[in-house]
This record gives sequence, structure tokens and C-alpha cells, in this order.
Amino acid sequence: MSHDHDHPEYSELSEMDVRTRALESLLVQKGYVDPEALDKIVEYYETRVGPHNGAQMVARAWTDDGYRSRLLADATQAAAELGFAGRAGEHLVAVENTPQLHNLVVCTLCSCYPWTVLGLPPVWYKSAPYRSKAVRDPRGVLRDFGYELPSETAFRVWDSTSEMRYVVLPMRPAGTDDLSEDELATLVTRDSMIGTGLPVGAP
Amino acid sequence: MNGVHDMGGMQCYGPVEPETNEPTFHADWEKRVLAINLAVGRAGGWNIDQGRSARESLPPVTYLSASYYQIWWQALVNMLIAKGLICESELASVQSDGSRADVPLAATWEDLRPGIEQGSGYDRPTSSKPLFAVGDLVRARVMNPQTHTRLPRYVRGKKGVIAAIRGAHVFPDKNAATVWEPIDREPEWLYTVVFDGVELWGDESSDEIQVSTDAWEPYLESVSLR
Repeated sequence: MSHDHDHPEYSELSEMDVRTRALESLLVQKGYVDPEALDKIVEYYETRVGPHNGAQMVARAWTDDGYRSRLLADATQAAAELGFAGRAGEHLVAVENTPQLHNLVVCTLCSCYPWTVLGLPPVWYKSAPYRSKAVRDPRGVLRDFGYELPSETAFRVWDSTSEMRYVVLPMRPAGTDDLSEDELATLVTRDSMIGTGLPVGAP
Repeated sequence: MNGVHDMGGMQCYGPVEPETNEPTFHADWEKRVLAINLAVGRAGGWNIDQGRSARESLPPVTYLSASYYQIWWQALVNMLIAKGLICESELASVQSDGSRADVPLAATWEDLRPGIEQGSGYDRPTSSKPLFAVGDLVRARVMNPQTHTRLPRYVRGKKGVIAAIRGAHVFPDKNAATVWEPIDREPEWLYTVVFDGVELWGDESSDEIQVSTDAWEPYLESVSLR
């Protein structure tokens, strides 16, 4: 295999770096963007949003039945209670996994994802393999992630074709009764809130 | 538009390949592309559906071979040129020709903050009543608009059940008017419609699989029970 094949991104990345600098420079010259605003946007999406938000929400639902009910009734409001609101989270719906039912979230048409509680989507979420396969073979998708769910588990796939945004409320792992809310939050993985994974410690 | 972006059900792309400990961004330019996209909307004056339409209108080979932020970069450049905000020679030379489109000033962080930190909902008041109720059997219409739509091909012609009424939301098919056309923001009722796996994929699927899409009322027709 040639060097190019081993590292297909290298030349592409540096070329994109040049092209993006050119675009930003031109847009600043022409007064269409403010570079300080760009810095602030990047900072916001690198620090303020991310799966840590969703994990806190899930841990709260695991420990507080009242919050769990509010989350399932109106996730936009329930997220806002914890300070999570904003772009790509205006119409949030939480869907609950049970021993009988496993939920999986996808956007077959582009990359719709609940930014306020999960941050920006991972590359695989936006990729052709995931977008094509999730709606046809959700069990196979879970296998791609290393999970084999019981054969009697039913699947419910949510294709995010509108501005509604879906987040999975996974099941609390057994044997975690003594853990605090903060400790529980560390078990809640990003993938468990998309439905392509389970919380840490789940069988 | 029936394009390569409409991927649900295709079988040619292989397994999903998750990346362990994936970073938020894989290169600095990706951060800037994201930020420029969010920041330039005010000067550009386009909406989310026009952005999506620009991305899915890229040549299929580009769409399938580019990374997602490369798709964003190219679609953004196409929109900026289509709207007359920049021209190709300026981009090639990285030098403004001194002209400026008659558009709002560059948005500052204070301008952008509310949209980012509070968001802007897509539900709108309407005087109409929803045509369907939860539990109704409906069929996704067989339709093939040349322009932007959010009804994926894999559900067209398939029967499903209304699982939720989400309110009246901005209708993407009209909101995604080309950048020089007036935009029609008349909302339409939005539903979550659940389809059985067997209805979508035949006997290779199973009763244990259900798939929902969110569908605006113009995408749906009632199914008479016989």
C-alpha cells in the first residue's frame, strides 16, 4: 500500500487548513464575520456542551423519580432545569430504554443531533454506514459497537428528520444503588444516550 | 431531491466504525468551519433548511468522499457565491475586491449568543387544526420533489401510525427556497409516525423492529380502514 493510502487525510487536512484560512480571511476583510465571535463559538462548543451534560441529566433521572417523569414528559424543560438549552436542543424528547425495548437515534438525511445535551456529533454518527444501516438493521449496528442485545429485546429507531431532537434514557446498571448522582454520571456514556451503547457496568 | 444524502436502508457502506476517545474536532480548520457557518448566517440571511439543501446539492462524488466539515465548507462557499457575498476570484486570491453586499454587519458574539445559548424554536402558531390524531393509520405519500424535502425515500408509500403530534413547525420543503426566492414560512403540523420493520423492509426485518420519522402533514395521507 502506498503512503497516501496509509494516511489519506494528511494532504487533505493541510489543504483544508489553507482553504479555511483563506475563507475566514476573506469573510473578515469583507466584514461578514467577526473573528472574535468565531473564537467564542469554538470555545462554547469545546467546553459548554458535550455528553457530560446529558450524563448529568440521566444520572438525575436515575436518582430522582420526579425528575425522570418531567424528563420523559418534556425533555426540553427538564434539560433547561439543569441549565442545558440552546441551538439544536429546542425540541428535545427523551426516550426510555426498558428490559423489553432498546431505543436508537439516527439522522438518515444529514447529522441532526441533540447538541445541548450531547455536544457535536461524532464522525461515525454522520457517516454513510451508520445513516444507512441504523433504520434497517439496528441490531447489527449494536454488534458493530460490540454489543449483543438479548434476542427478545425490541428495537425502536428514531430517525431525526425534523428539528425534534432525541436522546436515550438508558437503564441504570444493576449494583449501583450505593453510588451518588455524580458517580452515576460517570457511567453514562455518549453512546448509551444515542443507543449505540450501554452505560458502563451494564451487562 | 432524491440524492445520495438520503441514505436510509442502503447496504453498500459496510459496518459502522466508531473511533475510540474521539475528539470533538480532528483539526483546527474544522473548528473554524463550524464557527463560520454559525456566524455568517446573519450576513448571509439563509436558514437551516437552505443550508441543508446546499449540502445535499453537492455532486454525489463530493458528498460521499468528503468529510462532513468539508461538505460544510463547500456548501457554505457555494451559498456565499450564490448570494453574491463573495466571488471565486476573491477566494482564490484571498483578497477582497472592495465590494460588500448590502447585508447586515458581521455578527458579534453578543449578537450570536441568544441563538446559540437559548436556541430558536421551529414551532409556530397556526390557525389550522391537525388533520391526524395519535393512533391514526397513515401512509407516507409517494412523492419525488426535485427540491429539498425531509421525507426519506425508505418510508414513501409505506403505512405507519401517528405516535405523537409535535406542534406546527416551519415546513422545510418551503423554507428551503433557493437563496434568491422569497421564503414561505407557513408552518405545517408535524407528527412522529411509526413504521413496522416488516412494512419497510419485508420479511428480512422483524416484528421487533420499529422505525419512526418525523413527518409534516403534507407528507402524509390517511388510510381508510376496510
